[in-house]
Formats: sequence, C-alpha cells, structure tokens
Amino acid sequence: MTKLKDLLVALVVLALGRKRPPRPERDDRIVEAGPPSRGAENWVLVLFFLATLAGAAFIVVYALDRLGSQTQWLGLCIGLAFMLLAVACMVITHKLVVTEELVHEYPDTEHADEQSKIEQIVEESGSRFTRKRIVTLAGLGALGTLGLAALTPAASLGPVLDTEELYKTPWRRGKRLVDEEGKPLAAHDVEEESFYTAYPEGADRELMGSPVVVVRLASREIVAYSKICTHAGCAIALYRKPTFAPTQPKPALVCPCHYSTFDPADHGKVLFGPAGRALPQLPLLVDGDGNLRAAGNFSGPVGPSWSGVRQGGARS
Amino acid sequence: MIRALVRYVDQRSGGAPFVRKALRYVFPDHWSFLLGEAALYCFMLLVATGVYLTFFFDDSRSTTVYHGSYKPLDGQSMSRAYESVVHLSWDVKAGLLMRQTHHWAANVFVAMIVLHLLRVFFTGAFRKPRDLTYLLGIGMLGLALIEGYAGYSLADDLLSGMGLAIGYSVAISIPVIGAYLAQLIWDGPYPGSAAFWPRLYIAHVLIFPILIALLLTLHLVLVASRHHTQFKQSDKETERNVVGVPTFPGQTPRSLGLMLSVFGMLFLLGGLVQINPIWLWGPYHVGDGTNGAQPDWYLGWLIGALRLVPSFDVTIGHYTLVPNPFWGGALFPLVVFATLALWPWAERKLSGDRAFHNLLERPRDNPLRTAIGLAIVVWVFLVFMSGSADRVTVLFGLDYTQQIWAYRAIVVVVPFVVFFATRRVCRELLAGELVEAWREEAEAAPVD
Repeated sequence: MTKLKDLLVALVVLALGRKRPPRPERDDRIVEAGPPSRGAENWVLVLFFLATLAGAAFIVVYALDRLGSQTQWLGLCIGLAFMLLAVACMVITHKLVVTEELVHEYPDTEHADEQSKIEQIVEESGSRFTRKRIVTLAGLGALGTLGLAALTPAASLGPVLDTEELYKTPWRRGKRLVDEEGKPLAAHDVEEESFYTAYPEGADRELMGSPVVVVRLASREIVAYSKICTHAGCAIALYRKPTFAPTQPKPALVCPCHYSTFDPADHGKVLFGPAGRALPQLPLLVDGDGNLRAAGNFSGPVGPSWSGVRQGGARS
Repeated sequence: MIRALVRYVDQRSGGAPFVRKALRYVFPDHWSFLLGEAALYCFMLLVATGVYLTFFFDDSRSTTVYHGSYKPLDGQSMSRAYESVVHLSWDVKAGLLMRQTHHWAANVFVAMIVLHLLRVFFTGAFRKPRDLTYLLGIGMLGLALIEGYAGYSLADDLLSGMGLAIGYSVAISIPVIGAYLAQLIWDGPYPGSAAFWPRLYIAHVLIFPILIALLLTLHLVLVASRHHTQFKQSDKETERNVVGVPTFPGQTPRSLGLMLSVFGMLFLLGGLVQINPIWLWGPYHVGDGTNGAQPDWYLGWLIGALRLVPSFDVTIGHYTLVPNPFWGGALFPLVVFATLALWPWAERKLSGDRAFHNLLERPRDNPLRTAIGLAIVVWVFLVFMSGSADRVTVLFGLDYTQQIWAYRAIVVVVPFVVFFATRRVCRELLAGELVEAWREEAEAAPVD
C-alpha cells in the first residue's frame, strides 16, 4: 500500500511539481518570448497519457484471440492514439509555442551574373573542337541508336505487331455448349425471359472467345451470342434488368459496365449505349440428343474492338 | 545535451548553417495551404501500409481452391492473388485493418491532390516562377490515378477483373498502335498470360511509387527554393516579402498535428468503415459480370465518359480505325490533363502577363481564369455524375436511357452557362468592391 502511495505522490509531483529553475534568459533571444501556460501543459500531459493508453490497448486487442470485431477495435485504438497525439500537437501550437510572425525577403528571382558565367564555362569548354556540329550530330546519332537498342528488348513483353490471336476463339462446328458445371445444355431446358451462360466443351473458359449467352426469343427460336461486350470487354450480365423489365420495351442483352444494349432478335444489333459493333452471334444446331452445339464460329471478332479490327467472321 | 548533439552533427555534416536557415524558413498561414501537405501524409501512410500488404500478397493468377475461414467461398476455384487477399482479410490479424486503411488512404490521397490542385489553380499560384512546380503536381495526379487503379486491380476480385477488362479495351482502342501496345502489356489477348500479374504487381509496388516519390521530391525542392505564395492580408505581404511563422517552433507542431490527424482519421476509417469487401464480390472469371459495378471515386469521371459517348466507331470499309472506348476512356482524360498542364502557358499568352508572382489572387480577381476553370470543373463533374445514372435508376426508378440523353445535352451546354455566369459574378464582385472603396474614401474625407 505504501508503495502505491509513494508512486501516486511521485506521479503528482511529476505532473504538477515545479521544475528546475530555467537558465537565465539571454538578452539576444532568437525565438520570441511568451508567458507560460501550466493549464495547457497539463492538457498536453493528459493527452499524451491517453495516447499511451490507446497505443497499449492496440497491443492488448491484437494479442487477444477470437475477439469479435477485432478489426474495428484495432482501428479504433490506433486511430484514437494518433488523434490524441494530434490534439496534443494542436494544444502545443496554440497555447505553448509562440506564434511568431517573421517577414523574410523572397529569394532573388534570378542570378543574371551566374547565368552568364555558366554559359561562358560551357562555351569555353568546347573551344578545342573545330567541327562542333558534325561531332554533336554523330554523338546524338550514337546515343539515339543506343537508346533504341536499350528499348528493343521490350518487344519480348508480348506478341509484336501481331493481332492474329485476337481473332481466335475455341468454337467450331459441332462443339457442344456446356453450362458452368460442364453439363451439356439441352435445347428444351432453355426458357423464355431467362438467360443462360454456356462454354465450349473442354476448352479454356478464361478466354474472351469462350463464354456465350443463350436466350430463347419470343419466336421460340434459341440464339447464342458472345458474352463479352464489344465495347469494353465486360461480361454481358443483364437481360434488361434492372434498368428495365426483361421484356420491356423488348428483350435485350445489356452489359453492366456501360449499359451497351444489344438486340438478340436482330443479330446482336446495338440498341443503345456506347458499343460501336454488334454482338457476335454464334450459329447453333441441335444434335440428336437434343443438346445445343455450335454450327460454326462467331459472326464477328469477339470482345472489344481494336484499332484495325476487320468486321466479319472469327477464326477457330 | 542539445549543444552536444548539434555539435556532433555539424562537425560531421557541416550542416549547421543550412539547418539554422531551415528552422527559420517562413510558412505563410492559410488553411488551404495544408491540402498538399495532407496529400503528402497520405502518401507516407500508403507506403507504410503497402509494404505490410506485400508481405502477404501473392502475385499469381494460377488457380487454387479456397479453404479459409470465410465459409461462403469454401471450395471455390480462384486465383492465388485473390485467395491471398481474402486470406489477408480474414485470417491475418490486423490484415484487414491495414488493407482497408491502405484503400482509404488511396481515396483520400487523390482527393487531397485534387483539392490542392483546385486551390493552386483558382488562386493563380501556378504562375511564374511556379509553373514547373505545378506541372510536376499534374504529373503526380496522373500517376496517382494509374497507381490507384493498378492497386485495386491486383486483388483479382470480380470488380477488379471488370475494371481491367475496361482498361484493356481502352488500351486497344488507341488508334493504330492500340492492339500492339495492349498485347505487349498483357502478353497476348485479355486476360493475358501468366506474366501479366507480376507486371501489374511490380508496377504498383515499385515503378509507380518510385515515380511519384521522384516527382514529389522535385516538387518539394522547387516549393522550398522559391518559397511559398501568400495572400495579401495586410501591408506587410508584398511581392518581395514573405510573411508567416517559422518552421521551428511555429510550424512544426502544426504540421505534426496535421500528419497525426491524417494518420488517425485514415486508421479510424480503415478500422470502422468497410471498403471494398472483396469476399462479397467473389473471384473474377472472364465470363462473369455483376450489376452495380462502380470504380473508386477518382475513376468515376472515366466510367461516366465511357457511358455517355453515343454508339459509333470510326470505320474505313470493313476496318475499324477508332473504336468507341477511345473517346471517353482516353481522349477525354487526355484533353482534361492537357488543358490543365498547358494552362499556365495559355494564360500567359491570353493575359500577356509574364511577371513573377508571389502574391495570390482571389478567384474574383481573375474573372477569365475563374470562369474557364469552373467551367472545366463542372464539365468533369457532370460527366462524373452521369456515371451514377444506373444507381439513380435502381434507387429512384428514373429511366436510364432518358437520363443518359439528358446528360449528353447537359454536359455540352452547362459548362458554357457556368463560364458566362462565373465571369459575370466575378466582374460584379470586383465592381462592387470598387464602389465600396469609393464610398469609404468619400466618407473618410473631411467635410468642408
């Protein structure tokens, strides 16, 4: 008990007790003088103490296992620790540090003398050269070529001047359409006012040429289109909804990124939105088991248009 | 103690004269001068939290099956990149705090840069001799946008995948070189080869941060060597005299306080306010998309622009020359950035003012600049707003296509209205001040 009392007394003395007498004031102060403010000092002490608590609380919260909302508590502790220190800084700014108003001159706008000296040094340094222009040109030529040579390995980053890959898709005549689980898509399972995603059987699904959307039109006809928007490469994920009811004003395939809207009843024609090219259509046939198969490749290149893309068929 | 330390450092560095000068360097005082500083502190916290995140992130798109503590994703096939971020968020102590704080800091970083830019623009702080400083700032804004985009793309969740698809589409839409350029970056058609992910990663954690740090250093060196601008608040502030508080002691606790409160606010946001819960979006696959996808706020102007442009490509015969995403995704930001970057020189041409300026102007003091600047701000803001038309449809039931048609008209007309209105208001304010000055002069004059 006495130890605790000693500690408390020590703390009180530390907080409120008078410090050593300050050094005698100099006559030629640089920083302006100001009156002390013990109240503000006490506030700073309290804030530092609370910040210490918050910092310690962060460590405690971190150490606890299976604590609910741990992220929130951690953020609260460390955030508060910083904020308390920030408030202490503000008290120091406004109450404990003099606000001096200094008037300085802006630096010189320019140094004309030095400028001409630099010019002179550069000019005089080259005085032994007699054919400056040709030497400069030759030097620049060498440096430029070296720079070009240094950039050349960048061509290894990817295919060079070759867009052939962009036309390719894994679809070809007879390829079966399978759903996300890999099960063949049967024609009679495709219902109106709904929307199915299918992939080419056995192919890489992470190619832009793979995913297709399948819908049944009001005419009972089933059509399939590339699922990748011709505008900016997002997956067509909407069948009018939520910007319209699925069949209002008429069924349409919509990309959720920029709302390019395509008409499934009219070869993927653009109805609205920024896309500049129709959605490529995949011709379909129904095999003997009633499953959907591709009857060929897409009606146009799949995915976003690139500068130089040729309209017309995709390649297998 | 102090004497011994100062002597030790001076004897080894010879830095005493420089430090003495730096301690008494003058900072003019105005709240708006702190915006750039706040951006600097965001950058510092971004580096600190970002370094922590790199200890857990896996820059690979090879697939793995998830078996972590977030049960709804259990057994799902996903990339190692996405898995590592979900793991960091759910199974690493303080991982989610660091990740969310990093994300918040990125959002606030760009916001502070933009506010700082607006302050500098509308007060004419970019005029000679600070045009180069301004240009470095514009460069940093551009880098920060790309850096932020690269950052949230790395998580490889559904939203970031859709964002990358759009970025790729904008890249290949660049006339003539687009397809070649994009295939070099992605190493083939989207989503690219296995090499693409490490490239994106190293760009985000090394190349762009170093570029930003480099421009930042140059920016600060130029600011310090030309000293700060100031508002004319009394007779003491002139083009030749700078008035303010010294670095030490006056400015130091202010700046420290600002830094600590930026850190504190960002950690509070990171801990208490959820941002980008990638486990809800799920892993990305090329054939997947979701409705309601929105980028981080600072790319909102680009999604708006991409949505506003009407359906047309520039074609020659059967070939497309300029695909649609080029207009909104590349040309629009290019025009905005070029206008901002060239403005100091354009203004010099328009006004014929080639003098050095240390005193700031109030927006009204330069009606032409304020009018053009506000027109551009409103233009970009309206395009930004149009990017949320789909949310308005879902929330309030307003027809989407009608909204877009309305925006197409508004973004063309309203900036002009803003230009003329602003110029008029500035001129009226100035005229009003003149009248007021005359009145005071007349009242002060002795009555005979």
